[in-house]
Amino acid sequence: MSGVMKRMGMIFRAKANKALDRAEDPRETLDYSYQKQLELLQKVRRGVADVATSRKRLELQLNQLQSQSGKLEDQGRKALALGREDLAREALSRRAALQQQVTDLETQHATLQGEEEKLTLAAQRLQAKVDAFRTKKETIKATYTAAQAQTRIGEAFSGISEEMGDVGLAIQRAEDKTAQLQARAGAIDELLASGALDDPSGMHKDDIQAELDRLSGGTDVELELQRMKAELAGGSGSGQQAIEGGSDGRQSQQQPQDTPRFDKQ
Amino acid sequence: MIVRIMGEGQVILADGHLAELNRLDDELLAEMENGDGPGFRRTLQALLTRVRDLGEPLPDDSLEPSELILPSPDATLEEVRELLSDDGLIPG
Repeated sequence: MSGVMKRMGMIFRAKANKALDRAEDPRETLDYSYQKQLELLQKVRRGVADVATSRKRLELQLNQLQSQSGKLEDQGRKALALGREDLAREALSRRAALQQQVTDLETQHATLQGEEEKLTLAAQRLQAKVDAFRTKKETIKATYTAAQAQTRIGEAFSGISEEMGDVGLAIQRAEDKTAQLQARAGAIDELLASGALDDPSGMHKDDIQAELDRLSGGTDVELELQRMKAELAGGSGSGQQAIEGGSDGRQSQQQPQDTPRFDKQ
Repeated sequence: MIVRIMGEGQVILADGHLAELNRLDDELLAEMENGDGPGFRRTLQALLTRVRDLGEPLPDDSLEPSELILPSPDATLEEVRELLSDDGLIPG
């Protein structure tokens, strides 16, 4: 085989071997290290893009759910106006379930946004490091090349050996940074792999939670029904409200609107 | 046989697939040498796709030397040419 794959493999192996071979030529070590950093940077950038894509997808889903929720509320209102309380109840139950999904999605969205910001920052920092490394690498390479060209090799080499200490440190730092970023990328991978993103419906819950949701959903429905009835009945409804909600009829009209949202936090 | 796709990671390939990949790889080299940019892009994508399909990805934390290395999916013909002619590092 003499194609691109083989030739690139040979070049990189040569670089790796030379890098391991007590850095006979620091220029190759530096180039190899730089190449590795570029690869890593690309990986982190792809991570940022992946997270951003997931975030946008969540936003789309949130919008859809919210418009669905609004539609169901309208339907409930119409059904009640037509005297079909059973239909209104069904519409509001569905809406309550949707609102629960919306809340779950919003939590995921916030988490994802946090991760995205962290990753973006990491990518920027890495970019800066890589840029700084490239500059330093080019300087050292130039110094080394110039030194080689000098006739008094002995003198030049004593200078280079000092430089080599710096190179070692630069590479050490780059490697530390690499491990750190890999750990961070791993955390993001876990976040993505946890399935949180693939299951935005929030459907898998334990029995107790499901029951609790059903109960609280039911309460919401009753409250919403009361509110709509009151709206339909106009002024005469306030007397009924007073019985249910306490002495202040006006306040209890206000209450049902806020309560459902508060319950789901 | 371990193959690295630059910027993407490593995959492990059964040796039996080499003949087919070799054909694409030689094609890629010819296109690079002839300066056929669109052909190079097409063949590189085809080759990467085959490698991904046939290979098993290695975990990111494993550290194995690659026997073969492929340019990253977005590499241009010029970039690859530059990599291959880098300071006469090609042994032999």
